[in-house]
Amino acid sequence: MILDHLYLIPLLPFLATAFTAFLKRPQRSLSSGTVILAMSVSCVLAQWALWTTITQAHHGEVFRHATSFEWLRTGTQALQLGLVLDPLSASMVSMVTFVGLLIFIYSTGYMHEDKNYTRFFCFLSLFGGSMLGLVLSNSLVLMFIFWELVGVCSYALIGFWYHKPSAAEAAKKAFITTRIGDVGFFIGLLYLYAKSGNLMLFDSTAGLGVLDQANLAKLEQMTVTLPLFGVAAVSTVIALLLFCGAMGKSAQFPLHVWLPDAMEGPTSVSALIHAATMVAAGVFMIARMFPIFALGTRHGEMSTAMTVVASIGSFTALFAALIAVAQNDIKRVLAYSTISQLGYMVTGLGLGSVASGFFHLITHAFFKALLFLGSGSVIHGCHGEQDMLKMGGLRKTMPTTAWTYFVGTLALAGIFPLSGFWSKDEILLYAYHQNKAIYFIGSAGAFLTAFYMCRQIVLVFFGKQRSHDFHAHESPGSMLWPLRILAFFAITLGIVGCPYYRGNLFHHFISPEHHGLEPSMTVMLSSTVIALSGLILGFLVYGRSKAVEKGTDPLRNTLGLLHIILENKFYFDELYRNTALRAANFLASFFRAFDQLIIDGILHTVGFIALTLSTFNQWCDNFFINGGFDRSCSGILRGGETMSALQTGRIQDYLRFTALGTVFFYLAYMITLILQP
Amino acid sequence: MELPALSLITFSPLAGAFLLIFLSGKDEKIIKGVSLAASFLPLIILTNVWSRFDPLSASLQLIERVPWIPVMGAEYFLGVDGLGMLLVLLTAIISPIAVLASFGIHERPKAYMLLFLILLTGIFGVFTAQNFFHFFLYWEIGLVPMFFLIKQWGAENRDYAAFKFFVFTLFGSIAMLLAFQVIFLATGTFDFVRLSEMGRSGELSKLLAQFASKAGIPWQASTLSLIGFLAVSLAFTIKVPIWPFHTWLPDAHTQAPTPASIVLAALLLKMGTYGFLRIAMPLFPETAKALAEPLAYFALASIIFGAFAAMAQRDLKRMIAYSSINHMGYCMLGIFAIASMSSTDVEAKAAALGGSILQMFNHGITAAALFFMVGVIYDRKHTRNLEKFGGLRAIMPVYAGLMVISTFASVGLPGLNGFVSEFLIFRGTFVVFQPLTILATIGLVVTALYYLRMIQQMFLGPLNPDCEGLPDMSKREIFVASPLIALMFLIGIWPGPMLKLTNAVALNLIGVFQL
Repeated sequence: MILDHLYLIPLLPFLATAFTAFLKRPQRSLSSGTVILAMSVSCVLAQWALWTTITQAHHGEVFRHATSFEWLRTGTQALQLGLVLDPLSASMVSMVTFVGLLIFIYSTGYMHEDKNYTRFFCFLSLFGGSMLGLVLSNSLVLMFIFWELVGVCSYALIGFWYHKPSAAEAAKKAFITTRIGDVGFFIGLLYLYAKSGNLMLFDSTAGLGVLDQANLAKLEQMTVTLPLFGVAAVSTVIALLLFCGAMGKSAQFPLHVWLPDAMEGPTSVSALIHAATMVAAGVFMIARMFPIFALGTRHGEMSTAMTVVASIGSFTALFAALIAVAQNDIKRVLAYSTISQLGYMVTGLGLGSVASGFFHLITHAFFKALLFLGSGSVIHGCHGEQDMLKMGGLRKTMPTTAWTYFVGTLALAGIFPLSGFWSKDEILLYAYHQNKAIYFIGSAGAFLTAFYMCRQIVLVFFGKQRSHDFHAHESPGSMLWPLRILAFFAITLGIVGCPYYRGNLFHHFISPEHHGLEPSMTVMLSSTVIALSGLILGFLVYGRSKAVEKGTDPLRNTLGLLHIILENKFYFDELYRNTALRAANFLASFFRAFDQLIIDGILHTVGFIALTLSTFNQWCDNFFINGGFDRSCSGILRGGETMSALQTGRIQDYLRFTALGTVFFYLAYMITLILQP
Repeated sequence: MELPALSLITFSPLAGAFLLIFLSGKDEKIIKGVSLAASFLPLIILTNVWSRFDPLSASLQLIERVPWIPVMGAEYFLGVDGLGMLLVLLTAIISPIAVLASFGIHERPKAYMLLFLILLTGIFGVFTAQNFFHFFLYWEIGLVPMFFLIKQWGAENRDYAAFKFFVFTLFGSIAMLLAFQVIFLATGTFDFVRLSEMGRSGELSKLLAQFASKAGIPWQASTLSLIGFLAVSLAFTIKVPIWPFHTWLPDAHTQAPTPASIVLAALLLKMGTYGFLRIAMPLFPETAKALAEPLAYFALASIIFGAFAAMAQRDLKRMIAYSSINHMGYCMLGIFAIASMSSTDVEAKAAALGGSILQMFNHGITAAALFFMVGVIYDRKHTRNLEKFGGLRAIMPVYAGLMVISTFASVGLPGLNGFVSEFLIFRGTFVVFQPLTILATIGLVVTALYYLRMIQQMFLGPLNPDCEGLPDMSKREIFVASPLIALMFLIGIWPGPMLKLTNAVALNLIGVFQL
């Protein structure tokens, strides 16, 4: 039943968008009401779809329901789009609709004062719908379509407070940075299309989909010779191109720079971007296309694509965690923590464990949404203040926000038995078995995570309030209830991925054909010790610090230059501004000048020569040809004029001329007589 | 007897122009009403004969054929296939919109409308003519009224722009005219259908060689075809325009009054791409095959250089003009791909050509919308300088919304029309010209970059105090823009019917270049 109406899940939010787009500013509750209603229905349908997927699964096989329809036809080929329901998409829609719905409800409180409230919900709904469409896509083209729409929505929402120049700048940065990755995705998609002749993911009738066995076997045989790199497997090239897209969307190094700036948007948007939508899209895409990444895996050796993915993921995990340590903006710390956690997910996928990377995506969505909404509650309560050094002691004024925030922190730090513990530990377990270097990098990141989260907790909720510019207060119920619900899941969700409870249900659900690794006490104990020591160190540094009371970070003096580098995020913004952006601007000026100086220059020169020649020609005409002719003409004319002047028509004149003539002839006669010899 | 639909469509604007002669120049309302009716008539006629058109057939339909001056090979021969039909449809849609956009012009409305309607007849004529004799007549009609529209109703630097436009275009026209005179002397016909058949069978180049040797020129058939192809293509290259013959376009656009810009971008440029597909390539298929690869580099230059040059512009209209060069570059890339010998993948070529033809239509819609929107702000602020705006979203929300949608359509975002055509072009050309297509994706990033900068400068940030009190779009302006916006969504979501219309023609054209 739900299988035939899968399209309703993304369609309802889209319809809500279309409807609210035509609403006027004062129709506030109609707007948010429609959007929340649409998302609630989608949420119910999504849980139903998830339930169907769970119950209809046969032992050891993946349940998959794929549909398709013809979108357009060129030549004799149809381009097909469609939807697919399988464990991956089912668990994802279930999470997205649920977390999304809570964020929507939260937004009614958070955005209450905003004058563009109506428009805000319109965009939120479009964002949700696009993400749901992306997740359910059974065609890489459709996925790309929704992928880009997700990008547009994030652009609109990050820049929602458009009157702030920083927000406008951040929105543009997010769009352009992700678009650079998207071009990679696009080329990968074209390459895959050229090699497979199809972009359907799964084809339930003929088995022609790109992820169906026949096509994967075909792809595995292909190689290509690349300039610089030599011979490579086609699947590796395609996988890495697709990964470029994921790097942009999921903010992996070196395309991570947009995500921290995306904080300029309203906090509920940040929560949506960091948990349920935008950044989850990249990780989801890798999980979805993983069979292509895994091609070329032999005897447990990771394929080239997987090695690259795992390396970039683990590097990002540590790199972002380092930066997070030195940030003072409450949301910025969380932003870098998201980048770092995305790094873990990508690492998990790169290590070949789709289930573990994906499980971390799900659990992270809950506790990160919780933390962001919590930070929103803090900012709301502090009247827009975001600097943690000015906060402090808020656990007394904002008790509910505080305890839910603690839960989120413990989950993020990976403390037993919260959800983050189980999901992160699974990834570290794979790293431990496959690549020790990645395991150590991951553990170092985990230590830092615990440290900076403890720092945040201490700075925000403990001690005394350091700035007295604002009077902190607890947020309204519409904002607190989502926090409580998310906190509940942040604590309990780990159970489905716990190896001791019916043998990791989540893993069996996502990839029943693979057997997971045996749980290792060594890994669990060491990560618990690492997380706890991070927390303790954080408490020791910040708990009783004199420097904090004065409004500075005690680490600043201890770490010196390193701290400054971290504060400035390793200067990546400056690097890009001075290289890529400058190069683009230079090329732009160059081509404008090229048109104006070279092309038009040649034109104007030709025009000038033609004009000179024709002027010369005209002068010749005037001077010689016309000149000679004109002068003889005017000579005759003047002669005529002189002559006509004589024709006065008066008898006296004529008599006078006759007399003169007679005298003239008489004189002439006399002269000839005298001169005669 | 069936209605001579194409003649009626072509001549209804001219009939309107004829009526205008008898009106007094002071009856502005009546003049504009008559003009609107005359420009709207083609769309009505077109919808009435739509059912007579079979999109699955690649041959000419709605044919009208009357002998005219047999000695000169002139025959009144009209007909459309899917390609012609799509462009006639585009012209029929844009015409009333452009006339409506002209309602803001109050300076000598009679002369203006007269020229405008004659221009429209010329464009319909080009897309329906199947004989060079009147094709060329219409081709030139497309030129002269536009020259006067720019020169008389243009902006501050209009004389230069009008002159540049005229000289450039005339230059191409003369080359084409000379080429066709030789073709006529060699073959004895001006009939495009006959000539295409001759081109396909190789007869045309043989006849040209015979004619040349009689005249004492010992050149080979292939050399003669090359000269013929280049001479004919020059006219179209300038019209598209392809880099480096493009510099007239930014000037003409910047100086032209808004409605003339709309017609120029949406329709006149399509005459160039249409010419390649209808005339230059079918007549000289062997030459087109040989030149496909080098020509594709010029298309690539249009894409990349056009995009970068757009990024450096401060004048809104110049920026959009350069973005037109970039978008027509994609179009030409897809067109040249079908002639390439490097691949025989018919499906890929069909996607490329289908995408290119759709791109013509899409660019028509999007560029019309963008130029109209620029006109809206120009009417209020009397400047096109991007730096003079700022924060307009706060006071002109409807304008901001519609402009951003049009911009996104131009950027090629999914859900809007541009994505579908660009996707298909890339999908096809990736198989044919692989490295080139990868390089062309640079254009996608740069386009996004300059359009987002434009949005940021115009609409975001704090309101520029100079812009205080600017009114939002009027009902008339929203009415003009809304069909264009609706088409962007419609084609973006449901492109199937559009592609079905041209698929048969596309396959037929590709067939010319296979083997």
